Amino acid sequence: MKACRKSFTDTLLALAKQDKDIVAVTTDARGSVTLGDFAKDLPDQFVECGIAEQDAVGISAGLAHSGKKTFVCGPACFYVARSLEQVKVDLAYSRNPVTILGVSGGVAYGALGATHHSLHDMAVLRCFPAMSICLPADERQTAKLVKILVDYPEACYVRVGRAAVPDVYEDDNFPFEVGKANMLQDGTDLTIIATGETIYHAKQAGLLLQEQGISARVLDMAWIKPCDKEAVVKAAKDTGRIITVEEHSKFGGLGAMVCEILSEHPVPVRILGIPDEDVIHGTNKEIFHYYGIDTDGIVKSALDFVNK
Amino acid sequence: MTAKELTLQSEKNRKRLLEVVYNAKAGHIGGDLSCLNVMTALYTEIMNISPGQVKDPNRDRFILSKGHCVESLYTVLESRGFIQPALVNTLGKFGSVLSGHPTIEVPGIEVCSGALGHGLGIGIGMAIAAKMDKRSYRTFVLMGDGEQGEGSIYEAAMAGHQYKLDNLVAIIDRNHLQISGNTEDVMALDSIRERWSAFGWDVKEMNGDDMESILQTFASIDYTNRKPHLLVSQTTKGKGVSYMENVASWHHGMPNEEQYQEAIAEISARIETLEHTLRD
Repeated sequence: MKACRKSFTDTLLALAKQDKDIVAVTTDARGSVTLGDFAKDLPDQFVECGIAEQDAVGISAGLAHSGKKTFVCGPACFYVARSLEQVKVDLAYSRNPVTILGVSGGVAYGALGATHHSLHDMAVLRCFPAMSICLPADERQTAKLVKILVDYPEACYVRVGRAAVPDVYEDDNFPFEVGKANMLQDGTDLTIIATGETIYHAKQAGLLLQEQGISARVLDMAWIKPCDKEAVVKAAKDTGRIITVEEHSKFGGLGAMVCEILSEHPVPVRILGIPDEDVIHGTNKEIFHYYGIDTDGIVKSALDFVNK
Repeated sequence: MTAKELTLQSEKNRKRLLEVVYNAKAGHIGGDLSCLNVMTALYTEIMNISPGQVKDPNRDRFILSKGHCVESLYTVLESRGFIQPALVNTLGKFGSVLSGHPTIEVPGIEVCSGALGHGLGIGIGMAIAAKMDKRSYRTFVLMGDGEQGEGSIYEAAMAGHQYKLDNLVAIIDRNHLQISGNTEDVMALDSIRERWSAFGWDVKEMNGDDMESILQTFASIDYTNRKPHLLVSQTTKGKGVSYMENVASWHHGMPNEEQYQEAIAEISARIETLEHTLRD
C-alpha cells in the first residue's frame, strides 16, 4: 500500500538514472509530487518552473520536441485548468509526447476545497485528439504505467490521488495493456466499471455483493482514452446492467463515455460520480461517502439497481 | 547575401504574399507585412536551416508565436523550398493542409501556434534541451506587440533568465497596432525595453523595416553572455503597401481588385529599381 504519486516518481527516478533523456518538470510542486529525490539525484534532468503552469507545459512541449522524454508534474487541478490551452495546442495538436502527471486529483485535497478539486479533467481532455488519459488503480499499476509512458508516442494525462491507496493488485503478475480494461471479478447480474481510486472500492463492492448473492462483474477501466469499447459492449451484453463509478463530475467522464459506447447497444446504466453542484466540504473520504462512490455506496446502488 | 540582396528577396516575398492573401481571401495582411523582413532575413541569412534539415537535431528553431501572420511564413518557406507554390496556392481552400495559423502538417513548421502567448515557453524548452545536450543550435521566437498582453509570456521571461538561455532570441514585432487600434490605447507597452531588461534579458532595438539594421543587430548578439536576447523590432504595420501602412483596419482587411493591383504595382516598381541597382 503506497501512494500512486510516490510509486510514479520512484519508478521514474529509477528509469531516469539509466536514461539521461528522461526529464521531470514541475511548478514549485516537488514536495507534493514527491519529486524531491529526483531533483536531488538528477539535477541536470530536472526543470523547476516556479508557480507557472502555462510555462511549464510550454517548456515541456519544447523539451519533448527536442527529443526529451518529458514528464510535467504537479497538482491535477492546475494543469487541466490554468494551462489547458498549452495542453491543447502545445502538446496535443503539436503532437509533443509529454506525460502530465496530475497529482492529488479529483477530491484528494479534500478540505482544501473546490479550487483544488479536479472533477472536470476527463471531460475536457477526452475532446483533444492525440491525448491519452489514464487513472491507475494502485501503486503496481502506476509503476507499470510509467514504464509504458517513457516511450509513449503521444501526450498522456495521468491522474492519481494523494494518500496511499490499498492494493488492487497484490503482485506484479497482472496484464496492463494500453486501452485495455482488466476484469477483476466476473459476474452475471450487473457490471461495475470504475476508474482511478474508485477501482479499489468497486473491487470491494463486488466481493460484498457476492456475499449477498449478487453476481457482479468488475472492470478496472484505468484507461479512459484509448478505452476498451469491446469490454463495455460485452459487459452490457453479458450482464444487462452497468454501474459506473468515478471521482469526477457525472458529466463527460467515465459514465458519459460508457453511455456513448452503449448508445447503440443500450442497457440501463447508473452513473455514480459528483453531481452538478458545489462539492460538499469534507475530507476526501467523507466526500466519497456522501456521494456514494465508496464501497458502501456502490453496494447500495447495486442492490437497488438489481432489485428493481 | 548583402542587405540590398535581402531587401530584394523580401520585396519578392512581399509580392507573392499579396498574391497569396488576395487569392485565398484570407489572412492578416497588416502584421504579415510588418514581420516579413525579419522572417526573410532569418530563413535566408541568419538561421542554420534548410529543407533537408527539418529533422536535423542541430538545426536552428523558429517559432511564429504571432501565428496569425502565417501567410508571411508560408511565403518565406516557399521561397526557401520547404513547400511548393502549388501547396501555397491551396490556402483558403476546403481541405487544404495550410491553415490560417501554423500547424505541424506543413514542412518546416515546428509547432502549432497562434493561440497567443505560447511560443516563448516552447522556445524556452527547446533552448533548455540544447543546453542539456550541449548542442549549439539557437531558438528564435517571433512575437507580436499586441501579444505582449498575454501573461504567460512573463512566466517564460522569468524562466529564460533563470536558465541563462543565451541561445534564445525573442523578437517583438513592434508595429504599434493591434486589432482594436493603437497598442498604447489598448494596453500601453512603451516601457517594453525597460520591462524586458528588468526581467534580466539582453535587450536590443532595431529597425525591422530596414535589412541593414536587421543584419547588424543579429550579428551583434553575443550567444555566450548567459542572458536570453530580446530584440524590439520597430516596424510599420502594412509595410510596403502605402495605403495599408499604419492603418489598423488592415489587421485582417482584404484588398479589392483595384487595391490589389495598386499594391502589386508599387512592389513591382521597387523590385525593378532594386534589380537595376544590384546589376550596376
